[in-house]
Amino acid sequence: MNYERFLNPAIAAVPPSGIRRFFDMASSMKGTISLGVGEPDFVTPYHIRDAAITSLLRGETSYTANRGMPELREEIARYLEGRFGVGYDPATEIVVTVGASEAIDTALRIITGPGDEILVPEPSYVSYSPSVIFAGGTPVPIVTTRETDFRLTAEAVRAAVTPRTKALILPYPNNPTGAILEKDELEAIARVVAETGILVLADEIYGELTYGGRQHVSFVSIPGMKERTILINCLSKSFAMTGWRVGYACGPAPLMDVLNKVHQYAILCAPRPSQAAALEALRRGREDNYADVRKMRDAYDARRRLMVDGFRAMGLDCFEPLGAFYVFPCIASTGLSSEEFCQRLLREKNVACVPGTAFAPSGEGYIRCSYATAIEKLNIALERMSAFVKEIRG
Amino acid sequence: MTQLESRLLDLMREDCRLPLEKLAVMAGATPAETAEAVAELERNKVILRYAPVVNWDRTDRDRVEAMIEVRVQPQREMGFDAVARRIYQFDEVKSVYLMSGAYDLLVLVEARTLKELALFVSEKLSTLDTVTGTSTSFVLKRYKEDGVVFEDEHNDGRLVISA
Repeated sequence: MNYERFLNPAIAAVPPSGIRRFFDMASSMKGTISLGVGEPDFVTPYHIRDAAITSLLRGETSYTANRGMPELREEIARYLEGRFGVGYDPATEIVVTVGASEAIDTALRIITGPGDEILVPEPSYVSYSPSVIFAGGTPVPIVTTRETDFRLTAEAVRAAVTPRTKALILPYPNNPTGAILEKDELEAIARVVAETGILVLADEIYGELTYGGRQHVSFVSIPGMKERTILINCLSKSFAMTGWRVGYACGPAPLMDVLNKVHQYAILCAPRPSQAAALEALRRGREDNYADVRKMRDAYDARRRLMVDGFRAMGLDCFEPLGAFYVFPCIASTGLSSEEFCQRLLREKNVACVPGTAFAPSGEGYIRCSYATAIEKLNIALERMSAFVKEIRG
Repeated sequence: MTQLESRLLDLMREDCRLPLEKLAVMAGATPAETAEAVAELERNKVILRYAPVVNWDRTDRDRVEAMIEVRVQPQREMGFDAVARRIYQFDEVKSVYLMSGAYDLLVLVEARTLKELALFVSEKLSTLDTVTGTSTSFVLKRYKEDGVVFEDEHNDGRLVISA
C-alpha cells in the first residue's frame, strides 16, 4: 500500500538524523571504539538506583501529579536556587517532563504558530530544527564559527530577528562544540532579547559540566530575563541518568500552565520510579555538595585535556571546549570532508565519531568526539586517529 | 597537598602506569611539574608503593586469606600501637587496623594452606601475652577489592552513536 497520502507532508519531508547512518554502520562492526556516544559512560550512582528500587518495593507505582511529585519540584527549585541563583515557584513555575527532550518539544509547540520563526544557533543538538518544523514553525539558523569559538554573539542574534521571530533557542554549554557563553556575552544577548521582545528557550542540560574554572551562568540569572525565558534542564548528563528520562521546564506561570496542559494530554506524567530516583539525586546532592557530579566532572575534565592535547599533537586545529563532554576538532586540513573522514576512520581504524554536518551544514570540516569513555579507550582511539591522519597526509 | 597532587592521586589510583606525559596533560600541568609532584608524594610517603590488584583465583597458586578479630589488653606505656607493631611484623600479616567496636585490631592474614593459617593463629598470634582473644573468619570469595569488581565487567550497554 502507498502510505504517502496518509503522511503529513511537512513531517515526512524532515530528513532523518544524520547520526542514524553512522549508527547503522558502526553497529554492524565489531571492536569499534566509539567516540560517538552522547551520554555519560558512568552508571547512575548506586544510591540513586537504590532509591528507585525502594520506591518500587514500597509499591509506589501510580501516576503522580501532572507537573511531577511536589517534593521533586521543591527539590528542583532548591537546586536551581542553590546552584545558579534562580528562584522558581514549585507549584506554578516548574513542570517535570520525560527528559529535556519532551520539555523542548512541548515548549516549542506552545509558542510556535504557522510561519513563526525560531532562531536556532548552529551547530547544535539535532532535534531543535525538526521540533520547530513539527510545531509548524520555521527554524532560522544562526551560524556560529571557529572565529568566535562557536559562541553565539548578540550581533548575530540581532541580525537574525525579524517581525516573525518568536523565540531564540540558547543551547549552552553546547552539544556538539563544547562551547559555553560567559556572563558578559549572556548580558549582551539579553539586551537584544529585551529590545526585540522575543522569548528564549534556554537549554542548559550541560550546565553542571563546565571546566577551566568557569562556573555555568544561567541565562535566567541575568536581570529581566526570567520573565522572558523557558529554562530547560534534566538530570541525564549531570547525574548520569539518561535512561531514566527525567527533565523539567521552568518558566513564568502563564506559560507553564499551557505547557502543562499539553504535557497532561500527551504524557500525563514522567515515570514515577524515575521521579523517585531524581528526588534522591537532588536531595543527596544538596546534602553532600554534589559529590557525584563533582567526581564525574573531574574525570571528564582530565579526559578533555587528554583529547585536546591528542588532536593538537596530530596537527589538527582544536579549540578548547569549556563545557559538555565533546571536543570538536577541525579536520579540514586533511582534505577530507567530515563525512568522508568519519566513514574512512570507521572502516579503516574502527573508531566512530560523528561528522559535524550531522549537527548543521556549518559543521562541515569538523567532527564531534565524545570523551564520555574510559581513558584506556580514549588513548587507543587517539593512537588510531593519529595513524589515520598521518596516512591521509602521506 | 596541592591541587595538582590531589589530581595526580585520583588519576594514578585508577592507573599508575599512565605515561608521565599523559598524566601531565590530564592533570593540566607540565611534565616537569608532574614529575616533581609525584616525587613529592613519594618523598612524603603519601604514595608508598605501586602494586597491581591481583585476582588470585585466576592463578594456580594455593592461597588462603582470613580476617582475624583480635582483642588485646593494652599494657602500661605500651598502647595499641605497640601491640599492632608486634603483630604486623609477621610475614603472614598483610594488613592491621585499629578498630572501633567489639574488638580492637583487625588482622588480615594470608597463607598457602588452611593448616598454615591455623598454626599462625594458635602458635604466633594467640600466644602474644597481650592478646586476650581472637575470632578467625576465612575469606571464601572476593567480589571487589580496592574499587575493582572481580566478576565480569559491566558491559557498555549504550548505543554506539547517539546525539
